[in-house]
Amino acid sequence: MATKPMRIRASTKDGVTEVKALIAHEMETGQRKDANGAVIPAWFITELTASHNGKVVLASEFGTAISKNPYLAFKFKGGAAGDKVAITWKDNKGETRTDEAAIG
Amino acid sequence: MNNQRRNVLKTGTGAAVLGALAAAGMIAPGIALADWNKAAFEAKSMADTLKALGATQPADSKDVQVTGPDIAENGAVVPVGVTSAIAGTTMVAILIDKNPNALAASFKLPEGTEANVQTRVKMGQTSNVYALVKAGDKFYMATKEIKVTLGGCGG
Repeated sequence: MATKPMRIRASTKDGVTEVKALIAHEMETGQRKDANGAVIPAWFITELTASHNGKVVLASEFGTAISKNPYLAFKFKGGAAGDKVAITWKDNKGETRTDEAAIG
Repeated sequence: MNNQRRNVLKTGTGAAVLGALAAAGMIAPGIALADWNKAAFEAKSMADTLKALGATQPADSKDVQVTGPDIAENGAVVPVGVTSAIAGTTMVAILIDKNPNALAASFKLPEGTEANVQTRVKMGQTSNVYALVKAGDKFYMATKEIKVTLGGCGG
């Protein structure tokens, strides 16, 4: 299954870097049923980490209650223009994806 | 390597495979993440979730804030944020009381990361949304009621 790229924006101001990410993922809860009444199996991101120049700045675990195409925003100290921010997620089917962006 | 990965994926699912991959050294240690806290995410009630997270008797705190709309028109996409002014906050979790599974997400914050996280969650119905924060060995909690006019669980 091909995964779609994330959109990551990172900007730094007064020594604090704000990261905003929009992740393309279905985030199926496993509670919905299709037109025939069959349960649609759960398919969601379980783990997501963000790193700045290789150092982890956020390690999160998601449940099924996170919206489809998850949005995430957080801030960390440090970071300079041009530094790399990378985000990696892993879903319950074992699929993973990493994308990175430069701090603008 | 890719063929191998396919084969491994065929023989099992979920955590077992990831564990095997990590053990086989196919996922770099930096990328292999901590085990997903299955017990906490599958717990149905608030009390069970708190127990699974190891949070016994979290204290209400004014330094923790849940941000979000008072009324959410679409329960499928409810913007929720958590901020904590408690020094040394290392973990933040978002819990939704009336969802089928209370825990929506947890975030571990290494030193240098601010306790200020925003995301979007699904809510099945009007419910209290809790922010659980860990600082040192103690847990703190704050709550906000968000009214939902249209549920987010489909159906």
